[in-house]
Amino acid sequence: MTPDARQIVFDNVSKFYGEVLGVNKVNFSLEPGITSLVGPNGSGKTTLMNLLTGLIKPSHGAIYVLGLTPQQPIQFFRQVGYCTQFDSFPPGTNGYDFIYWPLRLHGFGHDQATKLTNEALERAGMAQVARRKVAGYSKGMRQRIRLAQAIAHHPSVLVLDEPLNGLDPMARSESIALFEAIAKQGMHVIISSHILEEVDRISDRVVLMSSGYVVAEGQIKEVRREVRDHPMQILVRCSNAAKLASAAFELDHVVEAKILSDGQSVLVRTRDAEQFSLLLNKIVSTGLVEVDAVAPADDDVNSIYQYLIGSDGGPA
Amino acid sequence: MSIQESVARAQTTLKEQPWRLFATQISVLVRNEVRRNLFTRRRIWVYLLALIPVIIIFLHYLLDKNRSPSQLEEDTFVLAGIVQFYYLRLGIFFACMGIFTWLFRGEMVDRTLHYQFLVPVRKEVLVVGKFIAGCIISIALFETAVLACFSITYLRLGSTGSSYVFEGPGLSQLGSYLLVTALACLGYGAVFLALSVLFKNPIIPGAMLLGWEAIAPIFPSWAQRLSVTFYLKHLCPVKLPIEGPMAIFAVVAEPVSPFVAVFGLLCLTVAVLVLSCFLIHRLEVTYTAE
Repeated sequence: MTPDARQIVFDNVSKFYGEVLGVNKVNFSLEPGITSLVGPNGSGKTTLMNLLTGLIKPSHGAIYVLGLTPQQPIQFFRQVGYCTQFDSFPPGTNGYDFIYWPLRLHGFGHDQATKLTNEALERAGMAQVARRKVAGYSKGMRQRIRLAQAIAHHPSVLVLDEPLNGLDPMARSESIALFEAIAKQGMHVIISSHILEEVDRISDRVVLMSSGYVVAEGQIKEVRREVRDHPMQILVRCSNAAKLASAAFELDHVVEAKILSDGQSVLVRTRDAEQFSLLLNKIVSTGLVEVDAVAPADDDVNSIYQYLIGSDGGPA
Repeated sequence: MSIQESVARAQTTLKEQPWRLFATQISVLVRNEVRRNLFTRRRIWVYLLALIPVIIIFLHYLLDKNRSPSQLEEDTFVLAGIVQFYYLRLGIFFACMGIFTWLFRGEMVDRTLHYQFLVPVRKEVLVVGKFIAGCIISIALFETAVLACFSITYLRLGSTGSSYVFEGPGLSQLGSYLLVTALACLGYGAVFLALSVLFKNPIIPGAMLLGWEAIAPIFPSWAQRLSVTFYLKHLCPVKLPIEGPMAIFAVVAEPVSPFVAVFGLLCLTVAVLVLSCFLIHRLEVTYTAE
């Protein structure tokens, strides 16, 4: 793979800690937008993010971020902001200094650094408590002050390791809105999370990881198509659930047809959704059954994850 | 000017003037490191290392009433012994071990090193910034301590001490003591900074270094040049009349001029710093392995 000035490229990247596998043979490239890294603890999400930002070095392969590598730190870290999962801070620092001094290391003068610090504090909703010592912050506040530091210099690539951990619902929703706003400006936002419903809702694409391997990658619907061999669940609300269920059972690709407790819905698990749709059309056209609604019951990250690695993606 | 314009303008300026950027970054790093490492309870033992001789000499000043002019020579030798044997071989050695190894390893222990690695700062600039900060801390502490020892020693002797300092060789000796103290901080500091980048636990290599500094005089001249004390010994202004096995610590087998000693130690310091700049590129942020 050749580096592209707009893409983030992982080119056959492997990382071993001695004999322990971190990630293995990772190959993908990311376009601007929100990308979610999903996987249980120990699946390699943080390793991938640390590799991306140069905190650790790949054992094999290469990583390019907008055509740059961490070996060019001055150009690289002007483009990249990383909010890590490490819940630690320089001793004695307050929220304001925590953002201001790294901006001075970026080379901003006092006035610019002050302006950027205040802006980042406002965006993260931390302006009111900025002068308090970080040691006295709640977990959610510490999470937000790290986020503020990561976005303060207006990076083009924002890497966020479990950024919603410890946030209350209001702060979560504000943070998600912030990520979406950043992504709409044409930037890369890479989020790792095991709160699957949240990343499902905000992601443009997803990278599913398990035991150090990327098991699927792409838009959620594309990933779903990639795993066509696995049965898909379709919920059908209709006038005669028993009839529909019995018709569905006659098809080879239908694995299961379950009449739900309301008596008017059938949950069908099929290996071929298109063929099932044709059957449904045929039944409807005969007038035997009236169909009220058809919806995929599992076209979200969690279900895909279950299919792929036999886990719900929650903490191991 | 909008924030976006400020960012773009700053980035353009910095691209055109990298040395200005490096200087700014070093000054910020030094400021942060000095604040973090100088005024902290973790450094109390370093203050004690610096101040123990001062306290002893001060107690001697209070309790010993013999302040005759004949004491001058003896007190001068005692002061020389304190500087040469305590400060140069033990006090500054262990203080630099604590201060300079903590600059990187301490951040690993505190899990804050990633903040230093996620800013647009070259790793070499980071090494230099931290080294300068360590030097400021150690030099400030030990120069103050040596100055205090010197002042109390000769203040005790009244007019005899005063004339020795201002009309005799006293001031020149003070200058030499301050110079060797500063050079010891630079030399040991560079070595311990390199050890902290090279080893996860620099205590064992530090102990080996202490042994090497002690036995280096029995090795050939070229090997002695790889020890910090080799250069410092040549700059000490008072030759101690020591006999027996302890004489090995004071013996100057192959005298070199003060200029060569200073230049040699600075070269050694720079060489070790350059080595650290190479080694730092291998350092990874893996806190779980600490």
